Amino acid sequence: MEKMKVLAEWTYTPAPIDKGYTRKTLYVHVGEPRMEIKDVSQDMIDTFTGGRGFDLKLLWAAVKDTTKWNDPENEIVLSGGPLCGITQYPGAGKCYAAFISPLSGQTYDSNSGGYWGPLSKFSGFDAVEIQGKAEKDIILFINGDEGKIQILESNLQDLNAYAVTEALHEYFAVDEADKRNISVVSAGKAAETSYYGCMNMSFYDPRRKVARLKQAGRGGGGSIMRDKKIAALVVKFSKMGGNLNNVVDLDTLQKVGVKLHKEIHDLDDVQCKMRKVGTAHLNEIMDEYHLLPTHNYKFGQNPAEISKIHSAVYERLFTQGMPDGCWYGCSMSCAKAVDGFTVQTGPCKGEKVTVDGPEYETVASLGSNIGVYDPLWTIEANFYADHYGLDTISLGTSLAFVCECYELGLINKEQTNGLDLKFGNKDDIMELIHRMAAGTDEFASIVAKGIRYMKKAFAEKYTADAKTMEAIGMEGQGVETSEYVPKESIAQWGGYYLTLKGPQHDEAWLIFMDMVNKQLPTFEDKAEALHYFPNFRTWFSLVGLCKLPWNDVEPANNRIVNEPKEAAKVPEHVQNYVDIFNAVTGKNIRKEDIITMSEKVYNFQRVFQVRMKQGDASHNIPLRALGPVFPDEWDARKDYYDGKLKEIGIDPAALSTEEKIKKLQEYRLGMWEGLKMAVYKRRGWNKKGIPTVETLKRLGIDYPEVVAVVEKYSKPEDMFE
Amino acid sequence: MRWLKTYVEKCINCGKCMETCSKTYFKEENPALSRVVVTNPGAGQNISVCNQCGACMAVCPTEALYRDKNGVVQLDKSKCTSCLMCVGFCPTGNMLYAASKQTEPFKCVACGLCARACPTQALVLVND
Repeated sequence: MEKMKVLAEWTYTPAPIDKGYTRKTLYVHVGEPRMEIKDVSQDMIDTFTGGRGFDLKLLWAAVKDTTKWNDPENEIVLSGGPLCGITQYPGAGKCYAAFISPLSGQTYDSNSGGYWGPLSKFSGFDAVEIQGKAEKDIILFINGDEGKIQILESNLQDLNAYAVTEALHEYFAVDEADKRNISVVSAGKAAETSYYGCMNMSFYDPRRKVARLKQAGRGGGGSIMRDKKIAALVVKFSKMGGNLNNVVDLDTLQKVGVKLHKEIHDLDDVQCKMRKVGTAHLNEIMDEYHLLPTHNYKFGQNPAEISKIHSAVYERLFTQGMPDGCWYGCSMSCAKAVDGFTVQTGPCKGEKVTVDGPEYETVASLGSNIGVYDPLWTIEANFYADHYGLDTISLGTSLAFVCECYELGLINKEQTNGLDLKFGNKDDIMELIHRMAAGTDEFASIVAKGIRYMKKAFAEKYTADAKTMEAIGMEGQGVETSEYVPKESIAQWGGYYLTLKGPQHDEAWLIFMDMVNKQLPTFEDKAEALHYFPNFRTWFSLVGLCKLPWNDVEPANNRIVNEPKEAAKVPEHVQNYVDIFNAVTGKNIRKEDIITMSEKVYNFQRVFQVRMKQGDASHNIPLRALGPVFPDEWDARKDYYDGKLKEIGIDPAALSTEEKIKKLQEYRLGMWEGLKMAVYKRRGWNKKGIPTVETLKRLGIDYPEVVAVVEKYSKPEDMFE
Repeated sequence: MRWLKTYVEKCINCGKCMETCSKTYFKEENPALSRVVVTNPGAGQNISVCNQCGACMAVCPTEALYRDKNGVVQLDKSKCTSCLMCVGFCPTGNMLYAASKQTEPFKCVACGLCARACPTQALVLVND
C-alpha cells in the first residue's frame, strides 16, 4: 500500500494511567480539522464513572436539541472505562460507543470487543470524541507510541471491513509481531446507504495470522462513520504490559481473576460451552422454549428444521482449541470463528476467509427468522454483513419483515426489482444483501434503512397496508428487536420495549425468570426486576466489561447456596465485580453502589432521550411482540393460546380465531400499560416516562441543563400520586 | 523432554527444595515463591511441580508460553500480558503467581537446582 498523505498532524504527551483513568479525553473535529485534549474532572468520574457514562456526558455537550444523526455536530464517542484493559479478569476489553442514532433519532450506545478500547486508553485517553465531517475519505490515526494524532487521506481501494482492517494492520505494523499492537475501527460500503451500519473493531490473532472483527453492531454507528467520510479509526500502542492501568491492589485482582479462570476451566464444558460454541449454544434451547424467532417472530420453534442449526453443527464448523478471547485474559473465549471458509457469492466469491461468528443472534437473525436453516449460508451472510458494515441483528430482523410483507402480498416482485423474497429463499435474500452494498438499487436501499423507515416507504410507495405492517414490524423506538420471541413473557415486553434505546438484549433478559421459573408473579416483581437488571447490566458499560462472564458461567454452588431468585443475580460474581473495581480504582464500593452508579447514567440517558425527542420519548410495542397476529400463528399453539384465554375468564369455544386473537390482544395491551406504569414508577419517572426532579436530585445529576429538560416537558398531571 | 520427576515416598519435608527455588529466582527464602511445592497436610505428604505437559501453551493468547529445545515449557515475558489464564487452566496447579514480585506468572523450568539440594533424591531431573 502506498504511503498515505497526511492532512493534519498533532503531537501530544500521553497521560499516565492512574487507578484505571488517564483523566484526559481526545476530541477531534475531522472537518475543520481540529484536535483538543480535554481534562476529566473528579465530578465527571464520580457521576459518570467512565465508558458509556463518559460518552453520554461528552455527547450531551456536543449536540443541540435538534441535532439529527447526519448533522456534523453529531459525534461518535468511544470509551472503555476504568477497568477496560486489565488482563487479569475475563471480559475486560470492551469499548462503548455512543452517538445520535439514524434509526431512532436519539442516543444509542453500542459495545464491542477487540483491542480499540484498551489500546486507546493506553495511548492516553479515557474517551475519544469525533465530530464533524471530512470532505473525502480519511483515516484517523492515534499513535500512542509516539504521541501523535494524524488525519490521513485514505487511499484504500476497498472500503469494506475485512479489506480495510487487513490493509491497515499491515500498513501500520513494522512486522508481523507488531500487528497485535494495532486496532482498526471500520464500517463498510453498505453502511453508506444503511441506517444500521455497524462498527467493526479489530484485534490481531497471532495463531491464525488474521485480523479478527468484533462489532459495536447496533444503532447505526457505522452509518455515522461513513457519513463523516471516516474510512477507519486506527490506534497503535506497542508497550503492552500486565499492569498498565496502574491498579491499587494487583494481588486481589489476580486472585479474583484466577478464581474465575479456574471456574471457567472446570465448569464451562458442563454449563454453557462458551469455549466451544460461544453463544450459539442457545440455538436449540431457545427453540425448545418457543423463543427462537422463526419467520419474523411468528413462531418460536421449528421442530422439523432445528437439528440443522443445532449447536453441535456449529461446534464442528468452529475451529476448536484456540484461545478465542477478544481481549487478553478472556478465558470465556467465545469469539468463535470459522476458518478456511470458501465464499460462494458476491465480490469475494472463491476466496478462502476466516469468518468471525456466527453468534446466537446471527444464527437466529440470518437464519431461523428468515426461514433459512443452512449454517453455511448463515456464515456467508455473517461474513458479508460484517464486511459491508451491517448490523446482523437489524439486518436479519429487517429481512424477516420484508419476507413476511412479501408473502402477505404487501410488496411484490416488481417492487423488489425481481427478487422473490419468500422466507427461506436464500439466493434472492443474499442478492438483496449484495444490492445494499452496491447502493444502486432503490428497494435494497429502503430495506437497508430499517423497519420504521420501511413501514412508511412501503405504504407511501407501494400502498402496502400500514396497519398490518405496524402489527408485524418488530421495532421499538425505531430499532429492530434482537433475537428472542418476547410474546409470552410480560416482563420481557419491558426487557425489550421499556429500554433506553430500543429492543436490545443488553438491559434485561427475564424470560426464564418470568415464564419458566415463575419468579415474577406481580407487576411490582416485574418492575423490580426491570429496575435491577437494566441498572446492574448498565454498570458493565460504565467500567469497560463484558456481560458474558457474569452469568454465562456460574459457581458450582450458585443454585445451592442461593434462593432461585437470588441465584439469577449470581451473587458471588457480583462480589467479584465489587472486588475488582475496588482493586483497580482504590475506591470502596459495596454491591448496592453498583446500582446507584448505573442509575445516575441510566437516568441521565433517559433525560437525554427526552431532550432529543422534544419530550415525546415514548415506548412503543408491536402487536407481534405481545402475542399472535394471524390465525395460523394462533393455531400453531392452539391449545396453549386457548388456555391463555381461559386463564383470563374468556371461553374460547364460542369464538372464531380472529376474535380470539383480538380478545388476547386487548387483554395484553392492558397488561402492557399496567407494566409500563409500574416500571416508570419504580424507576422514579412520571407517567410519560420522564425522570422526576426528585430522582435527579437523589442521584446527584440535577445539573441545571438536565433539570431544565425535565421541567420543560413534565406536566403536573403526569406525576404519580 | 527434560522434567522434574518426584518420589514423594522419599521426601522428608525438609523444605530445602523450596528454599533453593525461591532464593534462586526471587532472592528470598519464601516457600510461597517456590516453583516446587511440598505440602504435608496430616499424613499426606505431597510434592507438586510442573510436569511440562504444555496445556498452558494452548490457552496463552500471545504464544508467550513455548517449549524450548529441551522440551521445557518456558515463558517469554516480553510477550506475556499477565492475564494468568495459564494459571487457571493448569491441570496440576503448578503455574504460580505473586503480585508482590511480578505481574507475570512463573513455573518450574526444570533447572534441577532443587534436585541437587534435595538430601534424599525425592526430586530427580530426568531427560526422556
